[in-house]
Amino acid sequence: MEATAPLADVLAVNGAEKSFGAVRALAGVDFFVRPGECVGLVGHNGAGKSTLVNIITGGARPDAGKVLVDGRDETASYGIATARANGLRCVFQELSLCPNLTVTENARITHRSISGFGWRVRAEALIRQKLDEVFPGHGIDSRAMIATLSIAERQMVEIATAFSESDRKVRLVVLDEPTSSLDASLARQLLAYVRKFVASGGSVVIISHILGEILSTADRVVVMKDGRVVADRSAADFTVDSLVAAMGSVVRARDAALAAHDYTGVRPVLKRSSQGAIDFVAYPGEIVGLAGLGGHGQTDMLVSLYLAEGGDWISRKDGKVAFVAGDRHVDGNLPLWSILKNLTLTVLPDLTRMGLVHTGEEANVAKKWRDRIEVRTQNLDNPILSLSGGNQQKVLFARALATRAPVVLMDDPMRGVDIGTKQEVYAILRSEAAKGRTFVWYSTEMEEVCQCDRVYVFREGTIVAELRGADTTEENILSASFSERAA
Amino acid sequence: MSFLTAERLRLLVPVLSLALLLGAVFYLQPRTMSYTGLNLLFNLAVPITLATIAQMLIMMVNDLDLSMGTFVSFVACVTATFLQSDPIIGFLILAGCIAAYAALGVIIHLRNLPSIVVTLGMSFVWGGLAVLLLPTPGGTAPDWIRWLMTSKPPLVPMAIVASVLIAVVAHFVVMRSAIGVVLRGVGGNERSVQRAGWSVVRARALAYALAGLFAVLAGMTLVGLTTSADANIALRYTLLSIAGVILGGGEFVGGRVSPIGAVVGALTLTLAAAFLSFLRISPDWQIGAQGAILIVVLALRLALNRREARGTRK
Amino acid sequence: MRAILAKPWVWSFFAAGGVWLVTIMFTGGASTLGLSQAALTFAAFSIIVGLGQMFVITLGPGNVDLSIPATMTLAGTAALKVMDTSDGMVLAGIAVALAVGITIGVFNYALIKLLRIPPIIATLSSSFIVQSAAIWYNRGIRIKPPDVLSQFATASTFGVPNVAIVALVISALAWVILEKGIYGRWVSAIGQNMRAARLAGVPVDGTRFATYVLCAVLAALAGFLLSCFSGGAALNMGAEYLLTSIAVVVIGGTAVAGGFANVPGIWGASLFLFLVVSMLNTYGASAGVRMLFTGVIIIGVVVAASRKPAA
Repeated sequence: MEATAPLADVLAVNGAEKSFGAVRALAGVDFFVRPGECVGLVGHNGAGKSTLVNIITGGARPDAGKVLVDGRDETASYGIATARANGLRCVFQELSLCPNLTVTENARITHRSISGFGWRVRAEALIRQKLDEVFPGHGIDSRAMIATLSIAERQMVEIATAFSESDRKVRLVVLDEPTSSLDASLARQLLAYVRKFVASGGSVVIISHILGEILSTADRVVVMKDGRVVADRSAADFTVDSLVAAMGSVVRARDAALAAHDYTGVRPVLKRSSQGAIDFVAYPGEIVGLAGLGGHGQTDMLVSLYLAEGGDWISRKDGKVAFVAGDRHVDGNLPLWSILKNLTLTVLPDLTRMGLVHTGEEANVAKKWRDRIEVRTQNLDNPILSLSGGNQQKVLFARALATRAPVVLMDDPMRGVDIGTKQEVYAILRSEAAKGRTFVWYSTEMEEVCQCDRVYVFREGTIVAELRGADTTEENILSASFSERAA
Repeated sequence: MSFLTAERLRLLVPVLSLALLLGAVFYLQPRTMSYTGLNLLFNLAVPITLATIAQMLIMMVNDLDLSMGTFVSFVACVTATFLQSDPIIGFLILAGCIAAYAALGVIIHLRNLPSIVVTLGMSFVWGGLAVLLLPTPGGTAPDWIRWLMTSKPPLVPMAIVASVLIAVVAHFVVMRSAIGVVLRGVGGNERSVQRAGWSVVRARALAYALAGLFAVLAGMTLVGLTTSADANIALRYTLLSIAGVILGGGEFVGGRVSPIGAVVGALTLTLAAAFLSFLRISPDWQIGAQGAILIVVLALRLALNRREARGTRK
Repeated sequence: MRAILAKPWVWSFFAAGGVWLVTIMFTGGASTLGLSQAALTFAAFSIIVGLGQMFVITLGPGNVDLSIPATMTLAGTAALKVMDTSDGMVLAGIAVALAVGITIGVFNYALIKLLRIPPIIATLSSSFIVQSAAIWYNRGIRIKPPDVLSQFATASTFGVPNVAIVALVISALAWVILEKGIYGRWVSAIGQNMRAARLAGVPVDGTRFATYVLCAVLAALAGFLLSCFSGGAALNMGAEYLLTSIAVVVIGGTAVAGGFANVPGIWGASLFLFLVVSMLNTYGASAGVRMLFTGVIIIGVVVAASRKPAA
């Protein structure tokens, strides 16, 4: 169906709200894309970008609010299929190609209409022509299997697949960090193509941590923060600095700037040298923050720090590090077990004699930590999944804190935790650190990062800044997380 | 574009091992280098090849069929009894078998069941049915199957003609056809296939039904060669078919399969038995040697995969 | 009472008891003692191999040991040959059987770890080799077990078959390490989420290694006992235990997807499987019907168990 009015929004979201448990990801967002417009979408972690994109692409339904396509209210039936049928495509950060198929075959999966005799020729022509158009001189063999391509080549194929059209016209493409693995010249080619696409009447939503790209490519920039749109202006009205300022909190300066400790002569408890300029070190009794946008190498470093301590074959009774998982469903919870068993897993070797677990001592340890960290449950034998998300997270904290490990690695553990729980955990962290424990704390929340003694900011897999004492401010972290590199 | 793509490199190992093995057999027994000799060497290749393709279709969607051997045995029993005496009932039973396979695929997908356990249970079912049908070895092959399997085409023996034909058909269906791409896509990235608007349940059902079809053909051709059937006639096909797929460059997960490779793998396994006996390796060690071959191939594969991974990280 | 009914293993006992009653009634009570003793005796072997398979399956999706039959055969063959019917060599025979089990377990995990292949293929390939070793070592000669052993394996103490007592002792030990030991916790943690277990300090490699060795050792022990019971090792004597070992684990209420195991269920399921076969026997059903029933039961249990995740 063609657009009813020539200038109706290709897609609009009105008053969208979405909550995940205690966390309000979207608190009433209005967002629209006009035909022939490129909209830049920026915001720090937890601002609500991904939730908004999910709603636009039909992957999630808003709790309240409307989704309009060409001015028609499609809220009731909106889903991935409707979105596709209306010419909406999305390039996700995670790879959504089939790695065992060739470039051409992947085009066939996306374009259901290409079938029957001679499909291969048609699909190949389609994808090759689009690759040539977006990335001239790309050098990708369309008969090559995706698994044999480099990450950059895969991303190029993914982008070209999204822009290619067979039976339906592509009207709106959402690009989520499209240049994250492209080098500067490829990124330039892509952005030039985006402009061309927009000039011919198509629409694009682009998300990027490289603010220069946003400013040079987008017509209009939408800034999100805490589940709301806080700025929505023409790109020409922004500069890199004003964008960073718009993403940050309005005020909330630190209550009292922490004095930077002097650790000269102190032996670090943990150390990792990097090929880049800044090495990672952690000293006893320190809370070290890892900041930056999500997925820029923080979790990888924490996991590799943990695994480097060994323990694959024999358990370490005097392990140096303990780990608090962030994505508790993937890395933390053992869903079949009780709260008690989940809590004591790491400390278990200390409670074992001759291979048998001393259940009395185990119960004591669990009770002690339940009271200390205030896990709200009557019975520790209840299943772990009977707890609320915040309390499950507390159990994972207790699992690490109950050990004698002098270093605790935390992988963004406060995701999806209510504010009350957070305050309780902060207090425990401070008291444990005062006793000499070291915490390495990756957090996507600015407020938490600002609690740390020292902060490393990550970008694109490496540490790009080290901030200490009074320098640990939101502005500094934001400007280090976002690159200015203009395309 | 280089000639040695990853897929071709993958196929090189099984093809080379088949060539090597064939050369060794010819060297040990020059008399096998004739029409009759080849016919004898590859006598049982056709049913094994078909069963291997069937297993490959299941592995393509990240599952495993542990009932292949008993199923082929059951089909053999049906072929030697009903298909011979009442062809219409016989064909209906075999069509029902294919439908049963499709239903298995649906149940496994919808209930998210481990295919290993379900097909293990099915192996009892097929085995039980086979014993009920033919408690003692017996039955007769229908004449037309017998005629087909013993026919002597000019120049090249039947077994080799049939194997090439199977490879071509399977390659066309799985690798070249528009729907084969979707089936392999399910093995590679189920979510993205779903996201593009395909029904994964249907795809899995189709893969299972195709597997059922090839396994039925395996049972029928087997009876054509042996003239009679019994309930245990093809029990070793479960392991042989898995080994054949792996030898031919297939992977357990990720939808990376190769029909040509699977056929080559099945031929290699058929030949390996002959080779080991020509080597005068005591028959005691023949099964063990097959296990060792499997381990060596998997080790080679590991080395190849590492190379591939290094190539990607450029 | 409700607590007991909530256990996943009670159903296998109800089923076994029901089948037992039906069979007894059919024969008018004449076979009560004989049937019970036979059930305990034959169930004992599936219990011992089933326990090993249970630990392996609990390690999580894809973990299964297909080398059990070959291990049983080789262990039985080697032990009988070393003992050479001499009563004085009994301990040496047991040692040989256990050594065979340990070696195969180590070999299995080495393949899994070094070749990074799924356990199902690793144990399958190694079973080919082990089976050949058994054929080669056996050379078709049937050696009898030492008298003292064959008497022990076929006799009963206070009416309870000795092999069942052995199975009971092993089950008790397995229950202790599963429910009370740190090893059982680790196995269960790995089966629920391997990555989470590793990040919580569980020695994943060590635990999986120990589990594959344990499974092979139990298979070797079962092979040893079976060859003593049946008066000699036969090359195909382990064959039926491949499917049986997996079936008793599944029917016994252990989670097929891993992470949750239970020992009593193995007993219920083993007795049930044997009793179904003997019930069908007494009703004059053929071998085909018996197999058909077994298959339908396995699939039925798996489909039924998939309705809700194991508690």
